[in-house]
Amino acid sequence: MSKNWWKILASVFVLYSVVAGLLLKVPTLPILHESIRNLYFHVPMWFAMIVIYTVAVYNSIKYLQTNNEKYDLIAIESVNTGLLFGFVGLLSGMIWANFTWGSPWPNDPKLNSAAIATLMYLAYIVLRSSLDEEQKRAKISAIYNIFAFPVMVVLLFILPRLTDSLHPGNGGNPGFGTYDLDSNMRLVFYPAVLGWIGISVWIMNIRFRIRKLENKKNQL
Amino acid sequence: MKLITEIKYLLKKEMVLEWRSKYALNGILLYVVATVFVCYLSFKSTPPLVWNALFWIIMLFAAINAISKSFVQESKGRLLYYYQIASPQAIIIAKIIYNMLLMILMSTIALFFYSIVFQNNVGDKLLYFAAVILGAISFSSVFTMISAIASKANNNGTLMAILSFPVIIPVIILIIKLSKNAMDGLDRSVSFDEIGVLTAINLIVITVSLLLFPYLWRD
Repeated sequence: MSKNWWKILASVFVLYSVVAGLLLKVPTLPILHESIRNLYFHVPMWFAMIVIYTVAVYNSIKYLQTNNEKYDLIAIESVNTGLLFGFVGLLSGMIWANFTWGSPWPNDPKLNSAAIATLMYLAYIVLRSSLDEEQKRAKISAIYNIFAFPVMVVLLFILPRLTDSLHPGNGGNPGFGTYDLDSNMRLVFYPAVLGWIGISVWIMNIRFRIRKLENKKNQL
Repeated sequence: MKLITEIKYLLKKEMVLEWRSKYALNGILLYVVATVFVCYLSFKSTPPLVWNALFWIIMLFAAINAISKSFVQESKGRLLYYYQIASPQAIIIAKIIYNMLLMILMSTIALFFYSIVFQNNVGDKLLYFAAVILGAISFSSVFTMISAIASKANNNGTLMAILSFPVIIPVIILIIKLSKNAMDGLDRSVSFDEIGVLTAINLIVITVSLLLFPYLWRD
């Protein structure tokens, strides 16, 4: 119980954000209307993705320092989980964009950046599958993971700010928080972010343990 | 100081080797010239936007072809020899500098030939040239490390392309913007943002390469 409190907290937060996100009052804004509720589901995906990719890089660095296989397994499962969240984030964003901006893939730097970041991690998966020897695979993929991470940060946080974007907070648009995220929405949004980050770490943890068991079984 | 002498010797060795065979240089030059010519025959004349994008696509593929060779051509025995006489930092720095020089030479020739064959209407020629040099430097700093990674992974061309494209896309977006600014002849202060971010990316990539290459090196 003392070790698992965060899983319960994350589940409660996510459940709360689903129920409250669909029931609580939201500001009525032109174009957005009720679709503004997607904020509680679309945006936390990216927060969770960034956090879980950071976990992956941290564990890759740990792997290079210690050569302990455990860290490599955590890194690959973090990337797998991050890809899942990236895809769900893209999908929920495409549905939202279809209703508000008129097409599922408007030419927007943030969309393109997110898609390229996803490609980067798919390349990481391909790199892993091209190597057979376990230790070599762990080492080389850790190196690629660390090498690609700063570029991903530039891609997701700096490039969209240099160009015009439909997203709030980019290219001179004011951030979401400044004009339409009222305190009512914050009450749902922040728990949703924390909840989904917790869920992503939990998924990663379960996948990591499954993979560890599989490895153990294969060794016997 | 030892590092600098090592870099100097390794750089000299790369150049001498290249000069003796002239394989990479001639091969890549021919590749660029042939590609430009194919593009010329298929496009005849291009609007400015396409002119710019086409040039960078040609440069991108030429760079991948040129730099993917930089670690494969080393035989296993020679790598073992370097391992004993030089530090990994010296090796990666020497490779990056050599690739930068190669790419700067190549892209200058490519730009020259490209602007002769195609009608060009660049507003700010000096800034465009600066963008080309900056692009050559960025390509080589990113691709050198990627080619080192790919050479460890049963090097094949596909892997090199898969690994490098997502990493190079942010660079190429910035470079295309910068060179478009130069084509339109905008005031130079407009482009400072792009130049700043590109320099920052280069510094980050080279630093990360320096930190990571020693791990990649030993196996």
